[in-house]
Amino acid sequence: MSDLTKLTLAAARDALKKKEITSSELTGAYLKEMADAGALNAYVTTTADKAQEMAKISDAKLQKGEGGALEGIPLGIKDLFCTKDVPTSAGSHILEGFVPPYESTVTANLWRDGAVMLGKLNNDEFAMGSSNETSFYGPVVNPWRRKGSDARLVPGGSSGGSSAAVAAKLCLGATATDTGGSIRQPAAFTGTVGLKPTYGRCSRWGIVAFASSLDQAGPIARDVRDAAILLGSMAGHDEKDTTSVDRPVPDYEAALGQGIKGLSVGIPKEYRVEGMPKEIDDLWTRGIEWLKAAGATVKEVSLPHTKYALPTYYIVAPAECSSNLARYDGVRYGLRVEGRDITDMYEKTRAEGFGAEVRRRVLMGTYVLSAGYYDAYYLKAQKVRTLIARDFAEAYSEVDVLLTPTAPSAAFAIGEKSNDPLSMYLNDVFTVTVNLAGLPGISVPAGLSAEGLPLGLQLIGRTFDEETLLRAAYAIEQAAGFTAEPEVWWRA
Amino acid sequence: MTTMVSDFEASMRKREPREEDLIQGQTGDWEVILGLEVHAQVTSKAKLFSGSSTKFGAEQNSQVSFVDAAMPGMLPVINRFCVEQAIRTGLGLKAKINLRSVFDRKNYFYPDLPQGYQISQYKHPIVGEGEIVLDMKDDRTVIVGVERLHLEQDAGKSLHDQHPAMSFVDLNRSGVALMEIVSKPDMRSADEAKAYVNKLRTILRYLGTCDGNMEEGSLRADVNVSVRKVGAPLGTRCEIKNVNSIRFIGLAIEHEARRQIEILEEGGKIDQETRLFDPKTGETRSMRSKEEAHDYRYFPDPDLLPLEFTQDWVDEIAASLPELPDDKKARLISEYGLTPYDATVLIGEGARADYFEAVAKGRDAKLAANWVTGELFGALNREGHSIEETPVTSKQLGELIDLISDGTISGRIAKQVFDSMYKTGHDPAKIVEEEGLQQVTDFGEIEAAIDAVIAANPDKVEQTKVKPQLAGWFVGQVMKSTSGKANPRVVNEILARKLGLSSDG
Repeated sequence: MSDLTKLTLAAARDALKKKEITSSELTGAYLKEMADAGALNAYVTTTADKAQEMAKISDAKLQKGEGGALEGIPLGIKDLFCTKDVPTSAGSHILEGFVPPYESTVTANLWRDGAVMLGKLNNDEFAMGSSNETSFYGPVVNPWRRKGSDARLVPGGSSGGSSAAVAAKLCLGATATDTGGSIRQPAAFTGTVGLKPTYGRCSRWGIVAFASSLDQAGPIARDVRDAAILLGSMAGHDEKDTTSVDRPVPDYEAALGQGIKGLSVGIPKEYRVEGMPKEIDDLWTRGIEWLKAAGATVKEVSLPHTKYALPTYYIVAPAECSSNLARYDGVRYGLRVEGRDITDMYEKTRAEGFGAEVRRRVLMGTYVLSAGYYDAYYLKAQKVRTLIARDFAEAYSEVDVLLTPTAPSAAFAIGEKSNDPLSMYLNDVFTVTVNLAGLPGISVPAGLSAEGLPLGLQLIGRTFDEETLLRAAYAIEQAAGFTAEPEVWWRA
Repeated sequence: MTTMVSDFEASMRKREPREEDLIQGQTGDWEVILGLEVHAQVTSKAKLFSGSSTKFGAEQNSQVSFVDAAMPGMLPVINRFCVEQAIRTGLGLKAKINLRSVFDRKNYFYPDLPQGYQISQYKHPIVGEGEIVLDMKDDRTVIVGVERLHLEQDAGKSLHDQHPAMSFVDLNRSGVALMEIVSKPDMRSADEAKAYVNKLRTILRYLGTCDGNMEEGSLRADVNVSVRKVGAPLGTRCEIKNVNSIRFIGLAIEHEARRQIEILEEGGKIDQETRLFDPKTGETRSMRSKEEAHDYRYFPDPDLLPLEFTQDWVDEIAASLPELPDDKKARLISEYGLTPYDATVLIGEGARADYFEAVAKGRDAKLAANWVTGELFGALNREGHSIEETPVTSKQLGELIDLISDGTISGRIAKQVFDSMYKTGHDPAKIVEEEGLQQVTDFGEIEAAIDAVIAANPDKVEQTKVKPQLAGWFVGQVMKSTSGKANPRVVNEILARKLGLSSDG
């Protein structure tokens, strides 16, 4: 691994500004790492020519002392973001051959600020999964391995390509999306930082939709500072997404230095779930001590409707996805399997184009919206969702931020849970509440499991208070001093 | 699209059945119950959720944005003007405007529906209950309740006749804003249903919210038809989809009502179903049964926030409304002393009423109404011209009436002048002048003409002395010899004197 890829995004940015390095060098170093990391299957598309071209333009700007906040910074893009003239698959066979003639708002914001695109990152098909095993382009392999084992582990999902690429230093940072934990859980599984912003903070325009009321874009990065920098560029109001919010984007990086003295941290008692591994529980306790030591006060709070969150999520998200995915019908773009009539064509195209998990969720979603079931499932789930949001609002009348584990376990092996959807869905138990309530959440690497795998702690903030969230995350990061890195085994 | 959410029977207006409206069957008289769902294309430059043009007749698939084609990651953004148009329409229907409404997704698969769902409003429409007053031919008015009005997207168009084995799709119409206006089941005859669509169209045109062009599909109606014996509970209804002319609406209802009566009288029962009207056969046929009906799986569209606006905005729109047909009718009656019939004829199109008012201003209103509704509208109908295409301006017609009123020409000559005006577009004074049509009021000239007739018909003179009614014959002769130009009043006066009759006889 070259020294260039060891720099964090913030360090690389500073070195570029000082002209100590060039974007072309940096981009070249990453392209080389990517070329050697086929075993991880993190990228589904490499855009080497485009990257070099963008780097050259950035270098010219940097040379003149110009350029944006991310000038010359090479990034990986989750393949759920539509990128102009670059194939976008959402990890699905049904989008085979689809090349968008438009650029998503979030990626356009990154390019506006000078970032360089390295390629498109693998993900669970249509972001439906917690292990990146549902991708049509095959599973992503976690750069981390258990001590003394070469079993291939999952990098989490759905943003598994993003988390693996950041952990393996195949990019300086990555875009990701989070519908029920798809940024935070993969970050926890790979020792990276994953930030899911408040719903409405980033535009959803041009991101292939999974569940519109839950989807939110955010960064996966090496550390909290890098995540803050990336969010600063990704966020912002977009007239093309009426659910995006028109409020100024603060200087998130500047918030980090403010410390957490006097911050009130809540520990939701309902998150102490039955059967939680001791090492996760211990990590959580350590996190509490770290925050206290940094000057925060900690108190237990109650989020009484937590136990309904997972079933609620698995009604709302499939319901929306069943409708959002109706457009993939083989008529206008992507895969088409010919049939004897239009219905036959639809059925064949969608049967072949969608993987098992996507089909399962479309079926569940169709079911819960059907006449006679709507009130019992969808409507009730919406009511519970309101109650869950109210739980948080009440907690935030007492505390500024909440601390929980990110996931109930460390990374598991590929194939271990793929035949057991329920156990797979349980991975989201600590993260889905945040999406249902539209809140910002962040996962910070905080330690290693007994088997030597990274574990993450999650902080949950108030709506649009990413600054406080980042301050607290930074305090955890400082205290945890997590410096472990995966041993490089994948290089070709 | 069946979105009658309120209880059908409870929402009906109480009406005593009218003898004339009943349909005679083998077993007795039947009452027809009708409700209409009208889809009116919103007059707007851009579509409901995208900036694409809505112009009719453009090249296929030339007005399709990424949103309209449902490309991945595309999101709808509501067009404020379409919302304004819906509010304006609601106000025109004297309906409740809902300051908060919700867009829902109606899910079904069809190639001309790119998203796989139509964005519509289901439980919470933008406009609630209102009413429409129908002006029937016999000066009777019927009030029909409006259940609701909601905004929704139109679908694209499937073309099945372009290729032997394939269907093509034109997405130009995909995403165009429609208002679905749902009536209560308050109509009892095909004539009332026709009057309803006619009046609704007039209101929409006054408001400028829909051009009402049924040939281009800007206005389409789904007709709900059921029949019952007088006083019996409501029968099962059938919905006839997408009837695209007022005449067809009448024909479809008449056929469908008779079909249902026949089935019931033979002891059968009506299946609730969706039917299509075939203009070629004049019949309706089954499209899909209740069992085949789609489960649309409506749910609130998570891409769109609830539609909310202020009462201030509604008030602002209300203040900008034009005079509505019913108000105009009342004013024409009170201000000009018109009959309800004339007033109804005039308000059918705003431009017609405007024309009339321009002519009537400062003139004899009854005379103006006769000329506008009689001569002018007659000529326009004959020539297939719209009021906008009239070759005779309101100013010219007014001048013609002035020529009659000041005695320059007689009413009879005026008709001749009018025909000439319609053909040439010339001013009436010019025509009268050039063709020498001025009325002769010169006593000497008329007296000479009368003397000539009397001299030539001594026998008639004698008879008239006994039978004064015969004086009319002399008037006719004089008019004939003066080519109709003699002032009839003067002719009568002189004749009476010459024949020794009282001039007011």
